[in-house]
Amino acid sequence: MIRRVLALGAFVFVTSCGGSGDGPAPASLTVFAAASLQPAFEKIGKDLQSKDSLHVTYNYAGTQTLTSQLTQGAQGDVFASADTAHMTTVVEAGLIEGTPKVFAHNRLEIAVAKGNPKGIHSLADLARSGLVVVLADPSVPAGKYAQQALAKAGVSVRPASLELQVTAVLTKVSLGEADAGIVYVSDVRTSGKVDGVAIPDPYNVVADYPIAILKHAQDSNAAFAFEALVLSPTGQSILVAEGFEGA
Amino acid sequence: MSLHAVIEVERGGFSLDIDLTVEAGETVAVLGPNGAGKTTLLRALAGLVPIAGRVELDGDVLDDSAVGRHVPTEERRVGIVFQDHVLFPHMTVLENVAFGLKRDRSRVARGWLDRSGLGDKAGVMPGELSGGQAQRVALLRTLVTEPRLLLLDEPLAALDVSVRAEVRRELSRQLAGFTGIRILVTHDPLEAIALADRLVVLEQGKVVQTGLPSEVTARPRSRFVADLAGVNLLRGTGKDDHIELDGGEVLAAPESGEGDVFAVIHPRAVALYLARPEGTPRNVWRARAEDLDLRGERVRVRLSGPVPLVAEVTPSAVRDLRLDAGAEVWVAVKATEISVYPA
Amino acid sequence: MALAAAGLLLFLLPLAGLIARAPWNQVGTELVATETATALGLSLFCSLTATAVALVLGIPLALVLSRTTGTLRGVLRALTTLPMVLPPVVGGVALLLAFGRSGLIGSPLHQLFGLQIPFTTTAAVIAETFVAMPFLVIAVEGGLRSLDSRYEESARALGANSWKVFARVTLPLLRPAIFSGAVLCWARALGEFGATITFAGNLPGRTQTIPLAVYVALETRPDGAIVLSLILLAVSLAILIGLRDRWLGAP
Repeated sequence: MIRRVLALGAFVFVTSCGGSGDGPAPASLTVFAAASLQPAFEKIGKDLQSKDSLHVTYNYAGTQTLTSQLTQGAQGDVFASADTAHMTTVVEAGLIEGTPKVFAHNRLEIAVAKGNPKGIHSLADLARSGLVVVLADPSVPAGKYAQQALAKAGVSVRPASLELQVTAVLTKVSLGEADAGIVYVSDVRTSGKVDGVAIPDPYNVVADYPIAILKHAQDSNAAFAFEALVLSPTGQSILVAEGFEGA
Repeated sequence: MSLHAVIEVERGGFSLDIDLTVEAGETVAVLGPNGAGKTTLLRALAGLVPIAGRVELDGDVLDDSAVGRHVPTEERRVGIVFQDHVLFPHMTVLENVAFGLKRDRSRVARGWLDRSGLGDKAGVMPGELSGGQAQRVALLRTLVTEPRLLLLDEPLAALDVSVRAEVRRELSRQLAGFTGIRILVTHDPLEAIALADRLVVLEQGKVVQTGLPSEVTARPRSRFVADLAGVNLLRGTGKDDHIELDGGEVLAAPESGEGDVFAVIHPRAVALYLARPEGTPRNVWRARAEDLDLRGERVRVRLSGPVPLVAEVTPSAVRDLRLDAGAEVWVAVKATEISVYPA
Repeated sequence: MALAAAGLLLFLLPLAGLIARAPWNQVGTELVATETATALGLSLFCSLTATAVALVLGIPLALVLSRTTGTLRGVLRALTTLPMVLPPVVGGVALLLAFGRSGLIGSPLHQLFGLQIPFTTTAAVIAETFVAMPFLVIAVEGGLRSLDSRYEESARALGANSWKVFARVTLPLLRPAIFSGAVLCWARALGEFGATITFAGNLPGRTQTIPLAVYVALETRPDGAIVLSLILLAVSLAILIGLRDRWLGAP
C-alpha cells in the first residue's frame, strides 16, 4: 500500500513534468493499470525496457479510481482495466483510440491465512459466524464479482469491511486481520503470503481484462508497442505465470 | 513567632547567601538594586525555589537541606503578593478573595471586602479593576488565609505614581492589623521607610547592611544606600583627625578614628564659591560642575574634581554662581559636617 | 497583500469549484438518503469521540511535555508530532501492526479476551485520535509555555494542592489554547481518511465516515460525492461557529 502511494506520487510528478521536454528524450510511457495487474505488468515493463529501451511508468489503483482519474482529465497512454464496464465508461467518455482488446482473464479465489487454520473450503463457509471476512467494495470490479459469486452460491456474508482496492483485501488477510477475503487467483499466486481456496466454476466469475490506447497518448507508437507486447506470446506467458488466464 | 532563615541559592552564575532573622510582628523591607536577589529570597522563603540551608518559621522547620526536609508552598502558610497583583483573571473579585479559604468562603471573603471598602467590587472581574484596586484585592486574597509570613514583592511598583500614595496608606493600614511577620521587597526607599521597621540591604546576593531605616540612611554602607539616602559616601583610612581617601586625597575630619572608615557628607554641607573661600574650612579644592538637576526647591550639582561629590544649592545660588554644566567652582566642606564611622 | 490574496484564493477556488459544480437539485435527495445520514452521524460520533479522547490524554501529555527540558523534551516532542508528518496510510499500517489481531498489543488482546479492534468503530476512533491528537497537544503545550507561572505559584501560596491548582487555575487559564487545539483536532479527525481506511476498513454504519463515503461515491456517482462534501462542509462550519459563540463569548 505504501508503494502504491509512492507510485501515485511518482505518477503525478512524471505527468506534470512530461510536457516540458521537446528533445529526443528516451521514450516514456504512462500506463494506468488495475491494481491486480501490478506483478505481471512490472515484468512486462522490464521486458520492454530491456528490448526497446522504453521506460514505463505505472499508475496502479482500483479500476474505478483509474476511471474517475481519466474522466477527470488525467494524462496517460494506455489503460488496462479489470472489467469491461469501467472500460466502457472510458470509451463512452471519448477517451479511447480504436477499440479495447481483452488481454487476460482472471478468476476469483478465497484468500485465507497460510495453512488455512480456520478450515475454509467453500463460499458457504464464509457465512460462518465469528469469521472475519473482508471483501472489495461493490464499486471495485473484484467487489462486484465477489457479490455475483456469493449470489450464485446463495451465500449471504456479513463483511467486516468493503475495501477500496482488491489488494487491500489481500493485505488484510496476509496481516492476519481478516480470516478470509475474496480476491483474484492472480493475487493469491503473486502474494505468497496467503493460501487460495478455489471457487467452483458454477459459482465463479470470470473477469475480462481489456486494454486500450488512450486518445491523447503522448507517444502512440510506444503505446502500441506496449499493447502489442501484452498481447504477444511473451506477454501472455508472463500473465499466465502470474496467475491470469490468457486471452 | 519568628523567622530564622539561612538560605543559599546557586543558579546560573548567580548566588544568594543570606542569614536573616525577623522577629514577630516586625516588617522588614528588603532593599537592593535590580538583580541583587530580592525576589529570589522571597521565592525561597515561599518554598518556590529549592535551597541549601534552613528556614524555620514559628518553630516549624520549613526547609532543612541537611536532613532533606522541604515543606511544599501550599503547606507553609506563607502568603506572597506579587508586583502586578496576579489575580486569577477568570474569577470574580469575590472568588479570588475566597480562593484560599476553607469554609464559609463566600461570607468570610465578602466580610473582608466590605471592611476594605471594596464590597461593591465583589462581582467584578479583575480586568475591570484599576491597578490600585487590583493590588488591594491581591493583598486581601492573601491576608484572608491568615499567613504566618507575608511576602510582598514590590507591591506598589506597577502602580501609577498618582495612586501609589493611596495604596501605600491602605497597605500600611492593612499591615498594621496583621500579626504575622512581613517581608517587603522594594527598590523605593520611601516605600521602605514608610512601611518597614527595619531595612535589609541586599547587594549581589549578600546582605550589606541592616538596621532601622534612620540608622541605615544615616550611615550608608554601600553606594546603593547612599544614593537612596541622597548623600555622598566616601571610603578611606581614618588617621585620627583626617581621612586618607581611597583616591589618595586627604579630607580633614575630627574624630576619624583609625582604620577602614566610611565618610558621609550631606550634599547641603557642600558649599560652592566663585573664588577661593577665606577662613576656617580646611577642605577646599577646585572642581567642575558636570550637570545640574532641579529637585523641588533645591538644585543638585554633580561635581568632578579631586573628590567627586554632589552638592545641593538653592536656585538663587545657581544664578549668583553663574553655575552651568562645565563651570569651574571652588568647593568647601566643613570638617565638622563630615560624619565618619568604621567600615 | 498580493501574496495574502493568492493564499486566500488557493482556499477559495476549490470551494468555489465544489459549489459551482454542485447539483443543487440533488441536495434534497442526498440529505434524506439514509446512507448520508448514517455516514454523517458516524463521522460526527467518531470525530467528537476522538476529540474527547484527545482531550483526556492530550492535556496531561502537554503538561508533561511543557515540564520536561533538554534531550528528553526533544524526543517526546518528536514522538507526539510524528503522526503529523507520517502519511496517514502509513499511520494506519502502524496501527494495524500495534492493535491488529496479530499486532503487538492486539494479539494478546485477541487471545485473552477475543477482542478484535480493526474493522470496528473503535478502530475508526483510534485512527482519528492518532492522527488528530498532536494538533491538540501542540496547541495546549504552547498555551502552557506562555502561561505566567506566578498564577500557579500564587494559588499554591494560597494553600491549593496540585490538583486544585490544575483544576481551578491552570485549566481555566488554558481554556483558549485548549479550545483552539480541540477545534483543530476535531477538524483533522473529521477529515481523516488514510489511517481510517487502512486500520478500520470501510463498512457503512460502522467505519465508513463521510470522507470514505465521499471517496466511494466519487467513483460511482460524482454528483453525490460533491453533495456529501458540501454537507460535511456546512455541518463543520455550523459547529465551528456555534462552538465559538458558546466557548469564547463574543470573539
